[in-house]
Amino acid sequence: MANDPVILLDKVNKWYGEFHVLKDIDLAVGKGEKVVICGPSGSGKSTVIRCINRLEEHQRGRIVVDGVELTSDIRSIDAIRRKVGMVFQSFNLFPHLTVIENLTLAPLWVKKTPLKQAQETAMRYLERVKIPEQAHKYPGQLSGGQQQRVAIARALCLKPDIMLFDEPTSALDPEMIKEVLDVMVELAGEGMTMVCVTHEMGFARTVADSMVFMAEGVIVEKAPPKEFFAAPKSERTRQFLSQIIGH
Amino acid sequence: MSAPIEQSPGEIAAHVEEPMRATLAAPRRGRGAAALLGWTRRNLFSSVPNTILTLVALALLVWFLPPLINWALVKATWTGGDPKLCREAGGACWALIETKHRFILFGLYPHDQHWRPLVAMAIFLSAIAASCDPRFWNWRLAGIWAVVLAVGGWLMWGGFLGLAYVENARWGGLPLTLILATLGIVLAFPLSILLALGRRSDLPAIRAVCVGYIEIVRGVPLVSVLFMASIMFPLFLPEGLTIDKLLRAQVGIILFTAAYLAEAVRGGLAAIPKGQYEAADAMGLGYWQKMGLVILPQALRLVIPPIVNQFISCFKDTSLVIIIGLYDLLTTAKTALTDPPWRPFYVESYVFAGLVYFGFCFFMSRYSQYLERRLNAGTRR
Repeated sequence: MANDPVILLDKVNKWYGEFHVLKDIDLAVGKGEKVVICGPSGSGKSTVIRCINRLEEHQRGRIVVDGVELTSDIRSIDAIRRKVGMVFQSFNLFPHLTVIENLTLAPLWVKKTPLKQAQETAMRYLERVKIPEQAHKYPGQLSGGQQQRVAIARALCLKPDIMLFDEPTSALDPEMIKEVLDVMVELAGEGMTMVCVTHEMGFARTVADSMVFMAEGVIVEKAPPKEFFAAPKSERTRQFLSQIIGH
Repeated sequence: MSAPIEQSPGEIAAHVEEPMRATLAAPRRGRGAAALLGWTRRNLFSSVPNTILTLVALALLVWFLPPLINWALVKATWTGGDPKLCREAGGACWALIETKHRFILFGLYPHDQHWRPLVAMAIFLSAIAASCDPRFWNWRLAGIWAVVLAVGGWLMWGGFLGLAYVENARWGGLPLTLILATLGIVLAFPLSILLALGRRSDLPAIRAVCVGYIEIVRGVPLVSVLFMASIMFPLFLPEGLTIDKLLRAQVGIILFTAAYLAEAVRGGLAAIPKGQYEAADAMGLGYWQKMGLVILPQALRLVIPPIVNQFISCFKDTSLVIIIGLYDLLTTAKTALTDPPWRPFYVESYVFAGLVYFGFCFFMSRYSQYLERRLNAGTRR
């Protein structure tokens, strides 16, 4: 897997003014690989995945996605965004559009898919996330878990090769977390390349091919989940794991 | 996007509002005097301060209302066309309106041709009424407006197809006010959106231009914009080139209104969460798609009240064209009084003009409330 990375981060650095958020981040994600990134808040884990599709700009280093190097050239950004779907902590559904309109918007306007076909695709993905009956409701009428599943379906409608998840369950009530994780596990089972920032360690154990632990803008440790949970190499990782698993 | 989806907001509104209406109407359903007494006690005499306020309000009504009714209705002279009759009756002289209404409504437009601005206004107002219904919001509306403007222009100017030419210096009254206000609003609106987007742009040059424009225009009274448009602007034009006075005033109003509207629109843009921009970016929407499909539809909904506020303000501000000698509705109402025997009855003339202004502004206000309810029906949380 690793010899054919679809995402390659090579000595990526980023500053917010004086603040050095990302320090020499190296990360390679192979096709179909599932990477789970964890770490304390402010460690830069969200920033890493937001750099991959240029929601944040990195200042130094290289990011290559599926052979395309990410530069400020709008064509490279567009090319990468077409391959990468993203799911946000706060869902970010468009509240003025119905669920199905949310799903068909980008296929219609970005990919110029015919309306009928876009709607069929949308319904297929809504069935996969198990809420086809909500198609004509507005996001505000759905529960948080349903909204997040719509958001996943929306990203999938663009047929991405890679899915980025930025703390997809952190804004959810506990009883809704499972329905979202179930969808993500299913997606993982289908061979999607996934980079996921999450604190759901149960999910990480089931799904991840590799675990990444970040702290203070540095990748402290990267290891397969078995090793990572059983025998973390760094003291910082051990401390973090004991804190979040301890409860 | 498709037919079944579009119907849902209305349906939802109906469902949501039904129980609300029922609770509101419930107290009124009580029967007879007992219910009335109960209502009075609850609403007018519930406490000592309330009782005092009620009594004061009643006293004011008793003081003002009878003389007003007496003047406006009982002693009023409605017809006759003779100011002497009015003076003898001592009340309101509505006969002034009867005599002068054609001048007030159409200004200096040739008397025997008044049907032309009348028909033009009828078409124009119908088109506005149609544009107010969200069901008509599609590209066909632009086509309808092109036809309406062409036919309206032909009726107003004439000069071909059997209509005598009427130069626009002779236009006046209500048609002029409607033209200035409608074109002012309709053309200022897209311009204001561009200005608001420009003010939030990442490109420093565009941002500077928009900020400069908005701040300069907002810092100047409309009167001086119109004055510059009518007096100073021609001085800078090369010899022999003239631009029509009405056009200059129209452009002045558009540019002025756009600067104010832009700030209202910017308020809406600022209120949209960052996540909406990011989601649109992540999905690969381009800048104009992101703005047109995701951000603006939400932002404009939020700022319907201040936008309509600006529309109303623009409608009334068109009366300032008096200073550059255009005969809008207020000017014709004033000019009608230059006829010496009618001069004492200026109140009636201004009340008439005021009622026309009020009618249009009240419509805009009610329409904005309807639109807000209708557009927000689905997004209620």
